[in-house]
Amino acid sequence: MESDEAAVRMRDITKTFGSTIANDHVCLEIYRGEILSLLGENGSGKTTLMNMLSGIYYPDAGQIIVDGREVSIRSPKDAYDLRIGMIHQHFKLVDVLTAAENIILGMPAEGRLDMKVIDEKIREISSLYGFDVDPKQKVYDMSVSQKQTVEIVKVLYRGADILILDEPTAVLTPQETDKLFTVLRNMKNDGKAVVIITHKLHEVEEISDRVVVLRRGRFIGDVATKDTNAAEMTNMMVGRSVSLNIERPEPKDPQPRLLVTDLTVRDIDGVSKLSNVSFTANSGEILGVAGISGCGQKELLEAIAGLQPVESGSISYFDPNSGRQIELLGRTPHDICNMGVALSFVPEDRLGMGLVGNMDLSDNMMLRSFRCGKSVFTDRKKPHELAEHVVEELEVNTPGVSTPVRKLSGGNVQKVLVGREISSAPTVLMTAYAVRGLDINSSYTIYDLINRQKEAGVAVIFVGEDLDVLLELCDRILVLCGGQVSGIVPGRGADKRGVGMMMTRLGGEAAK
Amino acid sequence: MNHKATEPFVRITKRDEIAAWRGWLIRLTSLVLALAVCAVVIYVIVKLNPLKVYGAMWEGAFGSSKRSWVTLRDTMMMLCIGVGLAPAFKMRFWNIGAEGQILVGGIATAAVMIYCGNLMPTWALLLTSFVASCAAGALWGVVPAYFKARFKTNETLFTLMMNYVAIQLTSYCVALWENPYGSNTVGVINQQTKAGWFPPLFEQQYVLNVVLVMVLAVTMYVYLRYSKHGYEIAVVGESERTARYVGISVRRVIIRTMTISGAICGLAGFLAVSGASHTISTSTAGGRGFTAIIVAWLAKFNTFVMILIAALLVFLEKGAMQIASQYNLNDYASQMITGIILFFILGSEFFINYRLVFRGKKEAK
Repeated sequence: MESDEAAVRMRDITKTFGSTIANDHVCLEIYRGEILSLLGENGSGKTTLMNMLSGIYYPDAGQIIVDGREVSIRSPKDAYDLRIGMIHQHFKLVDVLTAAENIILGMPAEGRLDMKVIDEKIREISSLYGFDVDPKQKVYDMSVSQKQTVEIVKVLYRGADILILDEPTAVLTPQETDKLFTVLRNMKNDGKAVVIITHKLHEVEEISDRVVVLRRGRFIGDVATKDTNAAEMTNMMVGRSVSLNIERPEPKDPQPRLLVTDLTVRDIDGVSKLSNVSFTANSGEILGVAGISGCGQKELLEAIAGLQPVESGSISYFDPNSGRQIELLGRTPHDICNMGVALSFVPEDRLGMGLVGNMDLSDNMMLRSFRCGKSVFTDRKKPHELAEHVVEELEVNTPGVSTPVRKLSGGNVQKVLVGREISSAPTVLMTAYAVRGLDINSSYTIYDLINRQKEAGVAVIFVGEDLDVLLELCDRILVLCGGQVSGIVPGRGADKRGVGMMMTRLGGEAAK
Repeated sequence: MNHKATEPFVRITKRDEIAAWRGWLIRLTSLVLALAVCAVVIYVIVKLNPLKVYGAMWEGAFGSSKRSWVTLRDTMMMLCIGVGLAPAFKMRFWNIGAEGQILVGGIATAAVMIYCGNLMPTWALLLTSFVASCAAGALWGVVPAYFKARFKTNETLFTLMMNYVAIQLTSYCVALWENPYGSNTVGVINQQTKAGWFPPLFEQQYVLNVVLVMVLAVTMYVYLRYSKHGYEIAVVGESERTARYVGISVRRVIIRTMTISGAICGLAGFLAVSGASHTISTSTAGGRGFTAIIVAWLAKFNTFVMILIAALLVFLEKGAMQIASQYNLNDYASQMITGIILFFILGSEFFINYRLVFRGKKEAK
């Protein structure tokens, strides 16, 4: 009988949060020796569904059957007892401990703690699946990809043979992703059941055997990957057909708008974050910034925006109206605005920096403009109108403009932020990871908005992490490596592997 | 093998936004439940009829016209401090130094009354005291604010320590102004001339207190809700990084807001000395600087809701004093009642945001 084969069978699972239905009678099977992709847009309930398997949430209704037996998973410990392990999007590691210490953390142990035996077991697991992990390395010394490896080993060490990975590739470079996929295939061949949660289609095609699609909390389909294609999966995911090509209009009359020369930034501990970075951003052009996370992207944008103290260098702005050259270095954001420099900045941390989570849409619209006018009182009418305009224009899904933005989903939060930033008719638009965590639909809305700004003659600086997108969207790509410019390549015809090499080594392959 | 999965006995789930009337119903229910629990406690421990005890509490707060006015006066005092704390806490500046700010405001007022009592007409004395108490309170507020803004010192410890400085300063002033000699108290200042005392309005002693505090409360409501400063305070409180990102000078906002907060708390000292006790001692603030924190937070900085909460707290305090004397109970019995009531009121917020789902009960569709 087929039912004996399934490692996990979820039946009619329903979970609600207040009036939001996160999962509505979802059914799902997970088999051993298979990699399953759980595909869906933001807010489609993928993570919620898996959290119920790993004991974070408890379903309101429905059954979970593990190895033919109905079970009740009330806590992550119950999940481990059923050999289910989940690797969350945000790592849960103790920075000051070593890999091995993190791995055994919280496990019951009898007698003396013998790290040698533990290290040995970790090495055994590592060599079995092709991990690269040093049990004695401290977590604070690790790259993002190494931390993820520790998380996976942690789950395997606890004996899990049903592994769930929540958007594991979001933080990895293409090379690291390849490595991860190799490991996942090894695990599959070893007879483990692997589930990866994702919204990236090319990954589904590359790694998985079967794909389950969710849309708005409902189960939409369950197909073998080989029997489907990107267009069909998009249809299932979005509910209608979507064009998957990103437009790239030719830049019209590009003129230098922002000239950065020899920018050097050190953090408060004196560690160099940027050294001698120079480039020009032109009007009517999208300048992409590629690099492994933490290579100075944040510092670069914040330095231009007046938020980051700079050691040396210069940032010159060319005013398109008067043709004047204005030095932005050493100015506060308030000064920059007062000098008539229309600089918009969509920061990486949307709710922690770009917006105030507890305030409603219309109050958030006010953040940039509340100082206008001489009155001691704020003008609430214009921001309110702007909020309504943004909601309508960008199709923000919200109960109303008086809803706190933290209650919106990721994509809608970003639409509100981008909507506000472009409403001030900027001449320079900087975006940091503008589509991180966003689903296909929202991502394309954002690309569209950015392209429209470009066509309106705005100089766009687009910091991205998905190389495929950078290569398709940008006119030029600046590659950062360890706070230095590794190279600037034209976006048209750039080679993905080449750019990937430049991200990891200054100058790329040529510098070998 | 027929293992039946067991559901946990009770789970907590987040509620949707609920209608305002249901929120108030829950709060009201919690108050009724609190009274019921208190009744049991009263009966079991002291074998008294709970209804009579509640009656005595009412008697203590509103038993006579004079008592009602005193209750009102103390409510206004509490409200004034709450109004003063509101901007600081809205900015997430943990100002637990209201106690000290009240004391220095009181010292300033007493100094004006003692040294200028015979030199100025009443209106000028009141005005001078008003300004002096505000300035003193503001100074006490600005010192920790400056250090927080400049050096990122912890404002909770700093404001707390400023309280002790203020208490020592008060002790010194009490010794300095001792009257009569050897009593170790300041005594009633200007008892004969009543110089610097709040004059009665409409033949009532405390009308000026009410007017002053109500004006403050309304002004603060408008300031926090509609002014640009109020907006800046909200942004700094929610996220300093967002504030910096949009070009708000976080330092300036912290210092400005604490000046205002300290000044209003200083003004509460003026109310206490000039408008109520007409003396100064180390117990002039009497812990109200801490109690008012509850007032400000429970009302979520809405100064009108603060009136209700301040009134409830003062009522409980007056009632507790009455039952303590009437039934010869010690303070602890009445404090237990206050504690139980506050516990239930605070707990009701949990049931407004969450609800419990018991085993076997299926979610509504």
